Amino acid sequence: MKQLMSFIRKEFYHILRDKPTMLILLGIPIIQIILFGFALTTEVKNTQVAVLVPTTDEATQRIIEKINASTYFDVVAKIHNTEEIQPIFRDAKAKLIMVFEDHFAENLRRTGKAHIQLIADATDPNAATSFTFYASNIISSYQQELLGQTTNPFQITPEVKMLYNPQMISAFNFVPGVLGMIMLLICAMMTSIAIVREKEMGTMEILLVSPMKPIYTILSKITPYFVLSCVNFATIMLLSVYVLRVPIAGSFISLVFVSLLYIFVSLALGLLVSTLTNSQQAAMLISGMGLMIPVMLLSGMIFPIENMPIPLQWFSDIIPAKWYISAVKSIMIQGLGITAVVKEVVILSMMALILVTISLSKFKVRLE
Amino acid sequence: MTISTKTSNYTHPSGAGGLSTEKVIIAEQLTKKFGNFTAVDNISFEVERGEIFGFLGANGAGKTTAMRMLCGLSIPTSGKGTVAGFDIGVQTELVKKNIGYMSQKFSLYDDLKVWENIELFGGIYGMKDKEIKEKTDELMHILNFENERNKLVGSLPLGFKQKLAFSVSIFHNPQVVFLDEPTGGVDPITRRRFWELIYDATSRGITIFVTTHYMDEAEYCDRVSIMVDGRIEALDSPKNLKKQFEAKNMDDVFQQLARKAKRVDS
Repeated sequence: MKQLMSFIRKEFYHILRDKPTMLILLGIPIIQIILFGFALTTEVKNTQVAVLVPTTDEATQRIIEKINASTYFDVVAKIHNTEEIQPIFRDAKAKLIMVFEDHFAENLRRTGKAHIQLIADATDPNAATSFTFYASNIISSYQQELLGQTTNPFQITPEVKMLYNPQMISAFNFVPGVLGMIMLLICAMMTSIAIVREKEMGTMEILLVSPMKPIYTILSKITPYFVLSCVNFATIMLLSVYVLRVPIAGSFISLVFVSLLYIFVSLALGLLVSTLTNSQQAAMLISGMGLMIPVMLLSGMIFPIENMPIPLQWFSDIIPAKWYISAVKSIMIQGLGITAVVKEVVILSMMALILVTISLSKFKVRLE
Repeated sequence: MTISTKTSNYTHPSGAGGLSTEKVIIAEQLTKKFGNFTAVDNISFEVERGEIFGFLGANGAGKTTAMRMLCGLSIPTSGKGTVAGFDIGVQTELVKKNIGYMSQKFSLYDDLKVWENIELFGGIYGMKDKEIKEKTDELMHILNFENERNKLVGSLPLGFKQKLAFSVSIFHNPQVVFLDEPTGGVDPITRRRFWELIYDATSRGITIFVTTHYMDEAEYCDRVSIMVDGRIEALDSPKNLKKQFEAKNMDDVFQQLARKAKRVDS
């Protein structure tokens, strides 16, 4: 026990004395949450709109007013003929142009039909889809107003309800994602680097010659990063609840339990990486390229897994972050209990078991 | 220069230390093969308690591999050996408890303070806090390190670090200490000072097993073995070896033997 304590204390000295690294480790979650929360949002806000109105009348006026009044759009230009459309996109003055046909109100009144063309800058397809959808909605709401005045007996009004995240706030999606990423970064990358550093410095030899049990070496390497991950978990939780206003809908205890399990899996991954390599650079590369990128791309954090080709979907199944993120979403956002994430918990536990077994058996007690 | 000889915390099979003819290291036909390559080829020798045993050989001659087998880091392909009375193939944990080790790569933690390094290794070898503290005070005094006690090891000159690393390797009073090229990169005067520490350790009954490239160090050893291509080609006191090979110094002896090597330096 004394052996273990001396060694854990030493590991804390290493981390606490390396100020730049510690600052990065504690700062990353804050920066990521702030970035995702305020800068890298997928919500559409204040999109610039230009309108082409050949003949101004009460209908076009009303629609433009409604567009301008919504938080999604700002009407920035009013043009009068089609030649002006190209320059607006070319000079990036607007993302969307609403083209009203000639005599819009008159056509509407006489034939009951009028046309608006929405021309969108689709260089960012996701954004274009979102804001054309919003614009169509606003136009239909004007239609509803008109219908209210006349007496049309046939009226089908779809009422869309966005469950769990009624305001479509993207924070609900990325907070679990950031959690999954940070834990992996701290646990896997830092643990593997810390172990490989001993190999590089030659101190691993001294430890192997000493009566220190290998399991103690591993435990004491893991402990500080475990503590650090818990600090980061708390930071992310506090930031998302109090700054981003993402509530924890479900049980906090379940959330902590699933997170501890995931931290354990990540630590085991870090151990595995450290047994595969002998240089810090290689360890960093393997955890960076081999773990971070799959997590970002294939965990469902950014791109929906359902839309991927089947082989990639299978591949995503072996990424622990996918299961963790899914469990966090269920508990934190949907407010489901631990019984709803049994599948995720079982899979993560299996992964932990397999990884620990492999890495312990590969951790070399002897130099060959 | 004396370090207290209250060496009570180790036990060895034959009771109290001090029998000058007791064999602390016995190697019998030790062999280590890596695939088709025989790194260590059937070597046998014995080292007595309190002896300084020099283990020489060109790069790639197999001395590091041989030493690792004796430390329990590597299991012999064939042959057997005992260190401090324990079998190196079976009782590796007991071997490890009774030896000290200092590697050619400087082997303390640069980002830990001098006393923290000592405390760490004392803890790893299961020493009591009180004992660690007392022995640290004593050691700082003997090495004249009182002002350096709270400095980070990384900030010390190499000669200091090597002396400290050696002192740490014998801090738990092992029966044998293995030194793998302990004085690489320092001048002869600093090496001489380092050897004063080694002599002092032998006076307390600690056996020294040392590999080196410096022939002035070879002259300091009680007996020297020279490995060529995985085999021990010569083993005797420096004086006798010089006589045997009609050489004026150890460098000459070494050159004559090393020339026979067929293996290319690795």
